[in-house]
Amino acid sequence: MTPITVRVDGAAYTDDVEPRTLLVHYLREQLGKVGTVVGCDTSNCGACTVHLDGEAVKSCTVLAVQADGCEVTTIEGVARGAVLHPVQKAFHEMHGLQCGYCTPGMIMASIDLLKDNPDPSEDEVREGIEGNLCRCTGYQNIVRAVQHAAAEMRGDTSASNGHSGNGHVRPAVVDTAAAPHVAVQA
Amino acid sequence: MIPAPFAYARPTTVEEALQAIADGGEDVKVLAGGQSLIPVMRLRLAAPGTVVDLGKVDGLRGVRDDGDAIVIGAMTTHSDVLADPLIAEHAPLIAEATGTVADRQVRHRGTFGGALVHADPAGDLPAVALALDAQFVIAGPSGRRTVPASEFFVDYLTTAVEEGELLVEVRVPKLTGQWGMRYEKFNRVAQAWSIVAVAAAVRREDGHIAEARIGLTNMGPTPLRARAVEEALAGAEATAEAVGAAAARAAEGTDPSSDLNAQADYRQHLVTVLTRRAVSTAAGL
Ligand SMILES: Cc1cc2nc3c(=O)[nH]c(=O)nc-3n(C[C@H](O)[C@H](O)[C@H](O)COP(=O)(O)OP(=O)(O)OC[C@H]3O[C@@H](n4cnc5c(N)ncnc54)[C@H](O)[C@@H]3O)c2cc1C
Ligand code: FES
Ligand code: FES
Repeated sequence: MTPITVRVDGAAYTDDVEPRTLLVHYLREQLGKVGTVVGCDTSNCGACTVHLDGEAVKSCTVLAVQADGCEVTTIEGVARGAVLHPVQKAFHEMHGLQCGYCTPGMIMASIDLLKDNPDPSEDEVREGIEGNLCRCTGYQNIVRAVQHAAAEMRGDTSASNGHSGNGHVRPAVVDTAAAPHVAVQA
Repeated sequence: MIPAPFAYARPTTVEEALQAIADGGEDVKVLAGGQSLIPVMRLRLAAPGTVVDLGKVDGLRGVRDDGDAIVIGAMTTHSDVLADPLIAEHAPLIAEATGTVADRQVRHRGTFGGALVHADPAGDLPAVALALDAQFVIAGPSGRRTVPASEFFVDYLTTAVEEGELLVEVRVPKLTGQWGMRYEKFNRVAQAWSIVAVAAAVRREDGHIAEARIGLTNMGPTPLRARAVEEALAGAEATAEAVGAAAARAAEGTDPSSDLNAQADYRQHLVTVLTRRAVSTAAGL
């Protein structure tokens, strides 16, 4: 066992961990921070993304011992009480999720992207979240959500009517009635 | 999956790190950014008895000016490389290739030195280091030695770094004259690893190509220099025809593998196309 001290979502923890413990398992199993999920075994999907000292990382590809002395922010730490982070709010409003499994990682990667690039073009959003896979949405509304959040975080009020430079943002019209129903398939 | 159990050492100096490696016996792995090592340990393709973590070793991270070269510390992360003004000024080819590596998250952790020692044939930085004639400073129990890029990449996933040794830093000579550079990469959208890529640095003089250095990614078990193309370009006119004729020789001496993404003959075709594009852009055509 190796002792580590970390701050996670603002609270300080000192724990003994096995060196082979992945950061994501420390967060989920030892701290109960189950908002961060595991989606793959190959470091590809990004579902486990958290911020380590302010930078997005894949917490399945970091050992808990490597986080010793660091500040970790998970999806559970980005809202201010009941007030959602602008990126969370935008994913909600722009229908940036379906099953929601990729969402914690998508949001953490997007916050990281917007820190470096407050006004990303559509291509820049797609490249910025290339380390995150979504099997449901086809990414369209995720990209819209990130651009919508970007506009809001810049204080660009015209975003809501879809005229903000790169941030041309409206949720796609989805005809749910046309989608095949589970009962029909069964 | 999670890695098999291992003993863990966290040195703070290069000397302590070398001692920890020596103490660990035969079955030691050095941990840099962990972006290649942790995935293979999770899949249990590697199960080292001891892991020596370089994360807290001072002095291995950062880039400095050393007169006729810039010196990149082995633990400099890919995202540090992208933000570094010395690299932008003297070796923009490194930044361009690094920008294509993986994704933001992996670039925050993965290191310049780790990518070079890992020496994956599809990795982007080995061919760039080869094209720029980088020098590798390796520390071991009996002191430090410097190995040129032409001798550093020995075989598939194998470099001149021996057991018990560490890569400390990489010296990249500053280029003088009017150089243009370009990294051309072909990859699947959902996977950043190169199917084939070409790193080109070209010096122009009076409407001619005075000198070209070309490194090839994933055209064999190690990165390669496209010597036939370099020779054909030396002194050639800087025209699309001359570049096209030279680039047609890019597959000479290569030995690419066949895998899910591409057959060897396809790679040998692709490398001529990417070489033409990379050299044309680097030459300002
Ligand atoms: C999803 C994903 C996508 C990727 N895509 C790309 C890509 O498109 N292109 C690309 O080039 N790379 C890619 N990579 C790999 C990435 O660049 C890694 O950062 C790099 O291969 C290894 O660097 P690291 O610092 O993480 O090394 P580690 O994983 O820590 O180490 C790798 C190996 O090098 C050894 N080592 C590391 N540092 C030293 C040292 N200083 N001295 C001696 N030995 C050392 C270790 O013992 C280990 O064997 C990808 C990785 C992932 C997870
Ligand atoms: S769980 Fe898929 S990248 Fe971490
Ligand atoms: S919403 Fe289901 S994986 Fe993205």
